[in-house]
Amino acid sequence: MDIQSIRQDFPILNQQVNGHKLVYLDNAATSQKPTSVIQTMVDYYEKYNSNVHRGVHTLGTLATDRYEEAREKIRRFINAKSEKEIIYTTGTTQSLNLIAYGYGMANLHKGDEIVITPMEHHANLIPWQQVAKKTGAILRYFPMESDGTLDLEKVRATITDQTKIVSVTEVSNVLGTVNPVKAIAKIAHDHGAIMVVDGAQSTPHMSVDVQDLDADFFAFSGHKMLGPTGIGVLYGKQMLLENMEPVETGGEMIDEVGFQSATWAELPWKLEAGTPHIAGAIGLGAAIDYLESIGMDDIQQYEEQLSEKAYEVLSNMDGVTVYGPGKRSGLVSFNIDGVHPHDVSTALDSEGIAVRAGHHCAQPLMSCLRCESTVRASFYFYNSEDEIEALARGIKETKEFFGHVV
Amino acid sequence: MLFNNLDQLYRSVIMDHYKKPRNRGELEGEHCVTVNMNNPSCGDKIQISLELKDNKVVDVKYMGTGCAISQSSASMMTEAIKGLPIEKVHQLTFDFSEMVQGHEHNDDLDLGDAEALHGVSQYPARIKCATLAWKAVEKALREADKEKAQQ
Repeated sequence: MDIQSIRQDFPILNQQVNGHKLVYLDNAATSQKPTSVIQTMVDYYEKYNSNVHRGVHTLGTLATDRYEEAREKIRRFINAKSEKEIIYTTGTTQSLNLIAYGYGMANLHKGDEIVITPMEHHANLIPWQQVAKKTGAILRYFPMESDGTLDLEKVRATITDQTKIVSVTEVSNVLGTVNPVKAIAKIAHDHGAIMVVDGAQSTPHMSVDVQDLDADFFAFSGHKMLGPTGIGVLYGKQMLLENMEPVETGGEMIDEVGFQSATWAELPWKLEAGTPHIAGAIGLGAAIDYLESIGMDDIQQYEEQLSEKAYEVLSNMDGVTVYGPGKRSGLVSFNIDGVHPHDVSTALDSEGIAVRAGHHCAQPLMSCLRCESTVRASFYFYNSEDEIEALARGIKETKEFFGHVV
Repeated sequence: MLFNNLDQLYRSVIMDHYKKPRNRGELEGEHCVTVNMNNPSCGDKIQISLELKDNKVVDVKYMGTGCAISQSSASMMTEAIKGLPIEKVHQLTFDFSEMVQGHEHNDDLDLGDAEALHGVSQYPARIKCATLAWKAVEKALREADKEKAQQ
């Protein structure tokens, strides 16, 4: 991969921040956008902005075609069987809420079990807490090993015949752990439970095949994979989506409406009430075009190389604690002894290095790691090895600075 | 040396309060009120206890976890408000909040060491860290008012 030429496609990367060259290492929060994605959205607004699935005029037809073409790109990208299985949402959070409220509320009964992991993002945790409270279901957790991985034998021992829903993140947004979701899905199915996969941190970085995983539901966001914010995807097996009542009702999702009741449109529109984020969907389509032009396997391989290097450099530094397993997706969470993550982040920012500090929307995981928060550097394929070195230098200088002023 | 500008934020007096917090602890008793406040975006936590007598803050203690800015600010706040009439405390918290936002503020009031946090105004992302303890004081005073009204 020619990183320097790739970087030319991302205008935002070519700037100075606080007098230094920007080193953007907050990709797990949101990725940057290539010119092709930005231009695709500008074209929509400048040339054919119209609502979809309504008018019969030329612009409306063009907008509808492009909007549905993007859906087909998404279908192909995650290897779903049918476009009916691709529901546009506002992002992973809405996708997971749709599963919890649309499927969970209708199918969970008192005493049923939902099993998740301690490393879930709040988006794959709080909806289940809420649905458990409302239905009387029990929310349980797979035990997590000290290195932040799951042990399949313990997974097997946790899932019972009372388990109705298993929901697991494919990649931890804090630890970078890659969870064996395919194997977990098999165990879940052996007990008659459905398997939900939070793909927010995996879909941008590796090839996803929902049929191979045998996931019943799969959720991800556009903005972490070069697309705009406000667009995401809920994948669901057609049979499950057919049986799901819409959580939101209104425009676009109907078949026929009378004074007292209404019937629903076919999938996928049944689950997409109101005017959607048309520019966002088309932009996500352009993002997928870009990712495919580089190749997901190459992206994954290159990012593993980056995170391996970062892990190696940081875990060999005195006074630096790195969290999570040795083999990981493209991010590294760490702490510097005696320096709070926010102070680390401010120090790095003054060197132009953007990282995330905080609990990363994973407070229960923080308590497992016995810390309040961490610093997280997360990579994408446009990051270079030089930037990992800049990070390492920044951390070294931060340690010196706070050692010095005390 | 790198991080030249950073010295403007992390002044030695701030780091001193961070490493050697003043008035750490909790107050219990009939004139005491204790409140908790979180900064949910970052996970910083603060607990403030006030002992109020004759419309004065006669004692104040804090506990918490968080960054150098939020914790030092809490420590400096306790020194600044201890012994002051409640009315003056309100003025100080307002004044402090204006200062860290870089707004014009009343220089006549004595913020003590907390004055050193004026550099925060150059770091908008950190203003919430600096104001957390001061907001908690306001919350504690509201709680005390409520309790008084109920009696």
